[in-house]
Amino acid sequence: MNGIAVHGMELHRDATGARMGMWLFLFSELILFGGLFLLYAVYRSSYPEDFHYAASHLDTAVGTINTLILLTSSLTMALAIGVLERGNRRLSSILIALTILLGIVFLVNKFFEWSAKFDHHLYPNSEELLLHTPGENVFYALYYSMTGLHGIHVLVGIGILSFMLYYVARKPRRALTLREGDPSSIIVQDGKGKKIWQHQTGEGVFGVDLTFIYNEHEEVTEGTTIKLENSGLYWHLVDVIWIFLFPLFYLIT
Amino acid sequence: MPDGVADAAHHDLSFLTASGKHAGLLSWILSTDHKRIGILYLTAVVSFFLVGVLIGLLMRIEQLSIGETIMKAQMYNAAFTLHGVIMIFLFIIPGIPAIFGNFFLPLLIGARDVAFPRLNLLSWWIYMLGATLAITALFTGGGPPDTGWTFYAPYSIRSGTNVTLAVFAAFILGFSSLLTGLNFITTIHRLRAPGMNWFRIPLFVWSTYATAWIQVLATPVIAITLLLVMAERLFGLGLFDPAKGGDPLLYQHLFWIYSHPAVYIMILPAMGVISEIIPTFARKTIFGYKSIAFSSLTIAFVGYLVWGHHMYTSGMSDTAAWVFSLLTFLVAVPSAVKVFNWTATLYKGAIEFSPALLFALTFIFLFSIGGLTGLIQGALLTDIHVHDTYFVVGHFHYTMFGGTGFGFLAALLYWFPKMFGKMYDRRSIYISWFFIFVGFNLLFFTMMIMGWMGMPRRYYDHLEYFHTHHVVATVGSWVLAAGIFFFFYTFLKAVRSGEKAPSNPWSGSTLEWRVSSPPPPENFHEIPTVTGGPYDYGHEIEGAR
Repeated sequence: MNGIAVHGMELHRDATGARMGMWLFLFSELILFGGLFLLYAVYRSSYPEDFHYAASHLDTAVGTINTLILLTSSLTMALAIGVLERGNRRLSSILIALTILLGIVFLVNKFFEWSAKFDHHLYPNSEELLLHTPGENVFYALYYSMTGLHGIHVLVGIGILSFMLYYVARKPRRALTLREGDPSSIIVQDGKGKKIWQHQTGEGVFGVDLTFIYNEHEEVTEGTTIKLENSGLYWHLVDVIWIFLFPLFYLIT
Repeated sequence: MPDGVADAAHHDLSFLTASGKHAGLLSWILSTDHKRIGILYLTAVVSFFLVGVLIGLLMRIEQLSIGETIMKAQMYNAAFTLHGVIMIFLFIIPGIPAIFGNFFLPLLIGARDVAFPRLNLLSWWIYMLGATLAITALFTGGGPPDTGWTFYAPYSIRSGTNVTLAVFAAFILGFSSLLTGLNFITTIHRLRAPGMNWFRIPLFVWSTYATAWIQVLATPVIAITLLLVMAERLFGLGLFDPAKGGDPLLYQHLFWIYSHPAVYIMILPAMGVISEIIPTFARKTIFGYKSIAFSSLTIAFVGYLVWGHHMYTSGMSDTAAWVFSLLTFLVAVPSAVKVFNWTATLYKGAIEFSPALLFALTFIFLFSIGGLTGLIQGALLTDIHVHDTYFVVGHFHYTMFGGTGFGFLAALLYWFPKMFGKMYDRRSIYISWFFIFVGFNLLFFTMMIMGWMGMPRRYYDHLEYFHTHHVVATVGSWVLAAGIFFFFYTFLKAVRSGEKAPSNPWSGSTLEWRVSSPPPPENFHEIPTVTGGPYDYGHEIEGAR
């Protein structure tokens, strides 16, 4: 029997495919926010004065600081990817940690900003807000839902990056062994004896091409870089959305 | 090594029985094999479909006599909501793409799996989670939702029933649909076999591709809309509440910006199935390959711009109304292109009659009625007469059931031997077709007549004037349901004790017929190299009878 082939492993090594999938997901995210931007556009044209008045009560300073924080975090994110591509896992980990930290600072700021509004009884369905004009009520409804949904995305981004931090910082697998003895299956183990991959030999697999799985001269695998790149794309998306939210709520007064 | 030898060596391997990491049930619900996931969807989707049929039957029984028959008005409201939610979100939308797309997309393009197998399994889990939440919504909170599947504001915000959870379930189900679409687009771009260029991919792949784009680009709109309904109910935002400055009409806009394209998520894959079946049984290459392929993309694109035709009577400017009406007429053109191409393919073909072809031809007949009655509602004047009547209900059942439903059944008939390696009893299928076809027309054509006469939809009772029609429709529903249950019974019997299927029972020319039935775990021992079009009947077909 010639024509030996291993299936299974090659599926996870399509960098272009992984990037394409991520971009498609980002399109869908843009449209998710697009629905809210649509509502904003319609209500802004229905209640121009109320929006103008309500927006003047938002704290432009806090908004500006948050914009700077998010922009900086996008920089650290981009650097983390570039550094990892050059094989420096340590520096990349530090930059990822920094990105996470900036994300947390953004959310803390947001928390204080929202708290201040709550202290003034300006939240959806509050008695105070119901006394204001309908346009102001709609403005705050949009303010809370749009920045809220954005905040959730920041939170998810932090989660993803924490996972990536673990992924980038941990030691790569040093050694791989093919376990012999059991003729019915092929097992590949790492240096610690942990099973990485197993396949029944009866299923059309008659050999293993190890280059698919691990290249021992490679410090950082392509898989890790792609994962970090995709996480970075997500983080930048969150940043881009904020770039639009910031002027719409804080600057156009 | 020639292909034949490789296939012979693998002939006994089947993805149904191959052993993997897990055993028993776990080997299914944790499998990343696209074929197993396809069958997982098949099991779940058909079960929900049958539940939806039962609820439909109950609604028809309620209309059997004037006054309260078996349920009260509130229960009837819940019944049509459930029927809609189950049929739309749990059956038609995932139906063909998630079952047959999953199973056959990689086979048709010569790939071993989809681009993201684990994401694919996750999509199924998300689907099951959404379905579980939808069922939980029936028995918790304020009882089953009574808003209709459209969840129109402001009623969906005020209703005391368990709308919040039901809406959340629909949100989750949307996620599953979106991830499947994303997976398919990437698969079609990245995993086509060597030589399989864009004009050699089978037409089912084209229609799945167009569908997948709608899934990715339209689903987020419903996601945000449903999230806002939840936020309205939980926090009282007021975005759709006129008392607080909001505008309920914007809900309708957002809802239909998704839900009209979603109609094409439902119908396009069925059209793809028909485009596979017709050339196979006409033994002839398809007429107008490119125009069918591009008409799928055109439908997907123009389908985005017609949502306003659901809202002619809701309060729109006259200009908006006629623009939407014009676009609605335009979207009928690519659908007609397909119908003409299918019929032209049959012309002078060496037609072999089979259950799959019968259902495909029925699709063309019923979908044409559905499409033409759609134009009556696309026109501004006539729509005002038939809006919110049984005419609309009849019309969309002709497109969704007569179209997608029959497409689904045709796909099952066409691909069942490949999926399970078994043949079904043709005679039973012909008998069930007779019941389904007769029952279907009795039920839904009568509905259209009633609607034209003025019977409003969503009423649990009716006037004496409509009584005969309602009785006819209800009897039709029994005939239809009998046919459906007999149809699936025939399949169950075939799975248990059907004859063994050859690898190419219909002499098909596409790649899925070149592997054994059922296919081996990773589809192809060696990835095939493609040298011609998908329906190339010019030369001898491998494995053909």
